[in-house]
Amino acid sequence: MNFEYSPAPESIAIVDIKPEYNLFIGGKFVSSKGGKRFESINPANEEVLSHITQGTSADVDRAVKAATEAYKKIWSKMSGAERGKYLFRIARILQERAREFAVLESMDNGKPIRETRDTDIPLAAAHFFYHAGWADKLEYAGVGDKPKPHGVVGQIIPWNFPLLMLAWKVAPALATGNTVVLKPAETTSLTALLFAEVCQQAELPSGVVNIVTGDGKTGELIVNHPGVNKIAFTGSTEVGKLIARSVVGTKKALTLELGGKGANIIFEDAPIDETVEGVINGIYFNQGHVCCAGSRLLVQENIKEELLEKLKRRMSMIRVGDPLDKNTDLGAINSRAQLTKIRELADSGEAEGAQRWSPECSLPNKGFWFPPTFFTSVSQAHRIAREEIFGPVLSVITFRTPSEAIEKANNTPYGLSAGIWTDKGSRILWTAQRLKAGVVWANTFNKFDPASPFGGYKESGWGREGGRHGLAAYLRGEH
Amino acid sequence: MLAVDSNETSIRSFLRNLSPVDQVGAEARASMLSTRSIKTASKLWAIDTAISMIDLTTLEGADTPGKVISICAKAIRPDPTNLEVPHVGAVCVYNDMVKVARQFLDSSGGEQIPVAAVSTAFPSGRASIEVKQRDTEDAIANGATEIDMVIDRGAFLSGNLSKVLTEIVCIKEICGDRAHLKVILETGELVTYDNVRKASFLAMAAGADFIKTSTGKVQPAATPAVVLVMLEAVRDYYQLTGKKIGVKPAGGIRTTKDAIKQLVLVNETAGPEWLSPELFRIGASALLNDLLMQRMKMKSGQYSGRNYVSLD
Amino acid sequence: MRIDVKKTYKLFIGGEFPRSESGRSYEVYDAKGNFLANPALASRKDLRDAVVSSRGAAEKWEKTSAFNRSQILYRVAEVMQGRAEQFVSEIIAQEGLTKSQAKKQVEKAIDLWVWYSGWCDKIATIYGATNPVSGSFYNFTIPEPLGVVGVFAGGGDSLLDLVHGIAPVLAGGNVAITLANQNFPLSAITLSEVFATSDLPAGVVNVLTGKHSELASWVASHMDIDGIDGSGLDSQVYESVRLAGTDNLKRIKKFSSTQSPERILAFMESKTVWHPIGI
Repeated sequence: MNFEYSPAPESIAIVDIKPEYNLFIGGKFVSSKGGKRFESINPANEEVLSHITQGTSADVDRAVKAATEAYKKIWSKMSGAERGKYLFRIARILQERAREFAVLESMDNGKPIRETRDTDIPLAAAHFFYHAGWADKLEYAGVGDKPKPHGVVGQIIPWNFPLLMLAWKVAPALATGNTVVLKPAETTSLTALLFAEVCQQAELPSGVVNIVTGDGKTGELIVNHPGVNKIAFTGSTEVGKLIARSVVGTKKALTLELGGKGANIIFEDAPIDETVEGVINGIYFNQGHVCCAGSRLLVQENIKEELLEKLKRRMSMIRVGDPLDKNTDLGAINSRAQLTKIRELADSGEAEGAQRWSPECSLPNKGFWFPPTFFTSVSQAHRIAREEIFGPVLSVITFRTPSEAIEKANNTPYGLSAGIWTDKGSRILWTAQRLKAGVVWANTFNKFDPASPFGGYKESGWGREGGRHGLAAYLRGEH
Repeated sequence: MLAVDSNETSIRSFLRNLSPVDQVGAEARASMLSTRSIKTASKLWAIDTAISMIDLTTLEGADTPGKVISICAKAIRPDPTNLEVPHVGAVCVYNDMVKVARQFLDSSGGEQIPVAAVSTAFPSGRASIEVKQRDTEDAIANGATEIDMVIDRGAFLSGNLSKVLTEIVCIKEICGDRAHLKVILETGELVTYDNVRKASFLAMAAGADFIKTSTGKVQPAATPAVVLVMLEAVRDYYQLTGKKIGVKPAGGIRTTKDAIKQLVLVNETAGPEWLSPELFRIGASALLNDLLMQRMKMKSGQYSGRNYVSLD
Repeated sequence: MRIDVKKTYKLFIGGEFPRSESGRSYEVYDAKGNFLANPALASRKDLRDAVVSSRGAAEKWEKTSAFNRSQILYRVAEVMQGRAEQFVSEIIAQEGLTKSQAKKQVEKAIDLWVWYSGWCDKIATIYGATNPVSGSFYNFTIPEPLGVVGVFAGGGDSLLDLVHGIAPVLAGGNVAITLANQNFPLSAITLSEVFATSDLPAGVVNVLTGKHSELASWVASHMDIDGIDGSGLDSQVYESVRLAGTDNLKRIKKFSSTQSPERILAFMESKTVWHPIGI
């Protein structure tokens, strides 16, 4: 007696994707000065969704000018209470248009509609809500009585949570009185461009938010523009280092949110079923395209077999397929380039002697797909234990004692996140105390909240986003 | 079957070794499974499956032979205008109504529908073991082939686990091969998921054929997370012993949506082998009409109304 | 010529608008001496009913997440904005202000409500702490709601003073029993209509119109009220409230119209938790 779930597709009638998009500068959609357009495709079926503009040097210049004008003439003169009201409006409109954004995000990114509907979009709205309430109480942010914004902020965001990353950047920037030039990732520009419409509906003063689309070259132009006072970047550690180098010698403030190789530590007394969910959630949520993914499973050796059995059973229930189907758990890999990277690293795992396992699943013919996978017999020296794969691939490593777990967990240049699974409170705190990670989840994983600061130690970046700590990065004390 | 000594220390030690349950994590998993969207063909299958799993129940002080006959008729033919609709899984009544139910079912084409009786001083379980035994014997003598007993929650919560165990063993002995035994945990009174897991294992080790969430007289009853924990328990028990134990949620399952959520939980926890009335039942009364109305809508495309389904 | 349908002003308890169980009312006149309305004159039993309602609502409101509370409170501001004109005309009538002055007060009141709404999910971050104690212990202090707070609304600005009193109490996760200023019952009841039509759960704010001189001693001596904002009371009455309030050690405070998180913290408790850190 098999309970097959019939297809349950979310309708795409709610979105209205234009065949091509311009840039959003000075409150309007304007054409590029000399910029070409590139295709943006739906990674689930490789269909062309639209054509996006590659922002040029002249475009970036125009955007920075618009942001500077808006800052000087309007935004810096406006009271926090009034700025806050714009953010409340934006939050409300995101809630009103939530379904539209959810469908668009799923089509552009490849992630399941259930995730965009239940996680990405609500969290994005919450970020605006939370930060709206900060705008008129900055004297309590711990940056002095009369903290000042930086001015124009250049923000470069990744493709893994497009609208949410936009919210993480734009909300605190605006709340603190900065104006923004933001570049979405080139494979996922559509929700950022729809967000520009939200700014218009909220009657946000022109130039406060500017969206300049394009690839890494456009990003570089923003980073290097002399009119930008602060940079906020989320992306790979490799690019983060390049940006860090380019601001040397300038007065630009910089925050970075980079890669990770999070250790998910499982002690023998962990609540086993919830732990399995946590492992699954830690690495297969969002197709593993998560900087803070629990990509290394550090399991206490005496429960390894039991845990792997349960993990396999649970993994065989993961539904891989059409992101727009409401029952899909694992969607498409965001791009061909990323799929190639994942395959390369997974193959290296096998070449270096680790054992690969995936449940049987039928993958669609078109689009970019990778089944949920784990490797056992992994040592710390393996590439799949050291390098960020950014895909649904888990490396299983064992430990014998709590100290050994700590050593292995910390034995990485990254330091973004870690997970701890145990029934014992003191052990949670002992382990958390010793982990060199900016975010530690105990008996849960991948939980985000606008009030909770997020960011990494070591090569996972500089600074935090969210909470009072994140806000402070957008302010400077009196000089 | 799992051998557990019936002395207190050994039972405690057995239960302590069970894996703990994290409340937030369990509720999150149940909540995620509640988002499954079951449409079209799978929805129709789910509706008919749910109907065939219902233990159609009347357990009121005011029950009369007339009332019991009425639900028995509905149990045989839930929709008199449509003979495609399957009959329900069982009829569930108080002990002294079993004879009426059995006689009516047998004379009206409902021979294949078992009569389940609640027993052991249902719903509170507060009576001597002799009374509980007599309660069970009467029910079986009157024709019940399923016994839904309650555990002694007072004993469970005050640490008298061996009393809980021996009572179940005792009732199971009376049932023998004449009746299958469902053990009601009354999860609303056990409160924590750890207690639910422990009570589930205790009941299974003692010989339960089914573990059941609630009497339906206490809220909360069969919440998705509680049913999840019980399904995990039967799955784990099967892995340990090779024996499949059934699960019956009861109380609070009123709409088709609720019922489908239950089936999804079964499907993705214990597995598809549990998706039959042999291993999964739903204790309900009002649910049947909602399932019928949803079924009508699926067939006709129109939302139905109260006048198109019978009152029990 | 069209005759207006005049509004009646009753109490606001448990999300509904009952008359006083005593059947009493009192006359209110506008600034020019013209008759305005007969609002209910709350009795001791009305207060008793209000406290029962508040206590029930407090259990749920306390458990509502800070983020949800801030969203609900923000929605109250949205509905206030929608009723701005009604508030303006009532302020003009009650206080004799010009339209422009009345409008300014309404705008201030809405902005102040918004300011407090944004505090809900920030109070714990700023006023909680992890404490570096000796020994291998994790130690944190967290601010928590007090419970049921009686708010005596000030007699300066008919609408704004209500917001000064009620908003911080709610932001801290408490519920409020508002004792409207005797001269300004209209704003209090119209504000109640805002509460009733926004997402604020019934009982989180209850409003009684009547005489502070009567209500003060009843509120002060009620053993199931946890705190009192006595800003609207004259100093003699305030001192008698402080005395009577000692029977259950109520937290009793008075503020001049300050906009400050201190008004939120005044009605919060601090809980400190220890937990060992070890393998």
